[in-house]
Amino acid sequence: MLSLTPADYDAIRLSVRVAVAATLVSLPFGCAAAFIVTYRNFRGKVLLEVFINLPLTLPPVVIGYVLLLLLGKNGWLGPLLELAGVRIIFTWKAAVIASAVVGFPLLVRSIRIGMEGIDEKLIQASRMLGARRYDTLLTVILPLSFRGIIAGSSLMFARSLGEFGATIIVAGNIPGVTQTMPLAIYDYAGSPGGEQMALALCAVSVAISLLVLFLHEYLGRKLVRKD
Amino acid sequence: MNLAVSVTKCFGSFRLEADFTSEGDRLGIFGESGSGKSTLVNLLAGTMAPDAGTIHLDGECLYSSETGVDVPPEKRRIAIVFQHPHLFPHMNVKGNLLYGYKRCARENRRIELGPLVGILKLEGLLERGVNNLSGGEKQRVALGRAILSNPRLLLMDEPLSALDDDLKYQIIPYLKSVSEEFQIPFAFISHSMVEMRLMADRVIVFEKGKIIHRTTADQLARQRMHTSQVGYINLLKPGPPRASGELFAYPWGGGELLVTFKVKHADSMLELSSKDMILFKNHPEAISARNLLQCRVAGLFEAGNRIGVELDCGSERLVAEVARQAAEDLGIAAGKEIFAAIKASAFRELG
Repeated sequence: MLSLTPADYDAIRLSVRVAVAATLVSLPFGCAAAFIVTYRNFRGKVLLEVFINLPLTLPPVVIGYVLLLLLGKNGWLGPLLELAGVRIIFTWKAAVIASAVVGFPLLVRSIRIGMEGIDEKLIQASRMLGARRYDTLLTVILPLSFRGIIAGSSLMFARSLGEFGATIIVAGNIPGVTQTMPLAIYDYAGSPGGEQMALALCAVSVAISLLVLFLHEYLGRKLVRKD
Repeated sequence: MNLAVSVTKCFGSFRLEADFTSEGDRLGIFGESGSGKSTLVNLLAGTMAPDAGTIHLDGECLYSSETGVDVPPEKRRIAIVFQHPHLFPHMNVKGNLLYGYKRCARENRRIELGPLVGILKLEGLLERGVNNLSGGEKQRVALGRAILSNPRLLLMDEPLSALDDDLKYQIIPYLKSVSEEFQIPFAFISHSMVEMRLMADRVIVFEKGKIIHRTTADQLARQRMHTSQVGYINLLKPGPPRASGELFAYPWGGGELLVTFKVKHADSMLELSSKDMILFKNHPEAISARNLLQCRVAGLFEAGNRIGVELDCGSERLVAEVARQAAEDLGIAAGKEIFAAIKASAFRELG
């Protein structure tokens, strides 16, 4: 029989918390980035696209290390953070940032696909009917890319649940503080007699992922109007 | 409406030059595809900027390359009905109809939802989603949405060309009645001569990006009689038919016309090509054509190697075409009495 320890429950709670926070924090930026790459033409657009997609191709460990260089006590943004009295490295906030950065390209891609599917004439029609740019964004573009936003958010959430490489470097593996499910599984797998415990957490991981995917399908279907 | 346009716009090798003023409320813009009509629509709407020039509507400058004025589309108060309805799929019919209305300044709101819904016969549809409406219903909603934004000018950019013939002529009465009822000036853009004649008074003709004619819709149809495969199309509005043997008799012009079919819709018009009429100097004693109309020649006009003959038939007027040689042989001249033979099968129901 698979059973979970109180530390396991902590890891599960933390994982979910980090994934939810990373998704929510990234959403506005993801929408903005997708909007810019879909609808705006400017010099250096290719550079922006490459930059957005970079985390997709980099090893997460590299991302973690760059974040460490950026946010660490002696990092490039270190003095600024110290001035503001914020400590990020080796807290759960670092795990959120790591997850957000790693999942960001997936989020933007999905939203972008949604936006690219919108008929240009609908946007034109809305402007001709008196809507300003932001009004068109809020009442036409965002509602019509909702499926893309849902798809992107579920991908982002699922990717965050599985985040390992960047998190372990920038947030560490502190039980009860920054130890998420993948990190806990890693610990169990490396310690003698931990197979059962690892297996239990793996099962929870699979269950949560299935739940997210089913929810995504359900929302996607519900959004198609039938009348 | 007073529309003054003087603009140029280039795309690669295509160059649009439009320089005109229009006073009437029923402006037609006629041209084949690629003639620059749609570019002009975009320039007027503000979704595309001219390379140079000015656009004024009712005295207000909408665009001027010299002074740098470029009123954004949402402030121009120009509405468009496109070829396809382009309804917002995430809103119901009412949401679509009110989209522009809600964004129109209170002091400019003249047209309200209630009366419009009545005229467009959308009563039962308001709460419906737009995805399962029929083609004609969708186009009526699109028209209503444009009208309810209370525009100063309504651009109709080939609004009928995506509809099949039957539906097309059912929508035309709506297009006419809403713009007349609510007194909204419109520009009707099309490559169909018949639509142009049903919708517009003055017509501007574009070809390869340039204005080549400014005329009336009827004059244009006459000028093009010899180049059109179907000749000049006479549009007849007969009374309700009665059965007459195997044919149907329609009251028209003080007499009756015999036609092979009964119209599907009570208010349909009949089409008759100028090519489908044969003229006789004297009464032919026996003839297979079922309609022999005694007419007076009201006037003649030239179209290529053809002569167009305007005929007064009772209270109505028809245009027939004959070869120049035939006109000379028959001695056709204004004021002469003449007989026109039309087969009962020559008529077509419009739509």
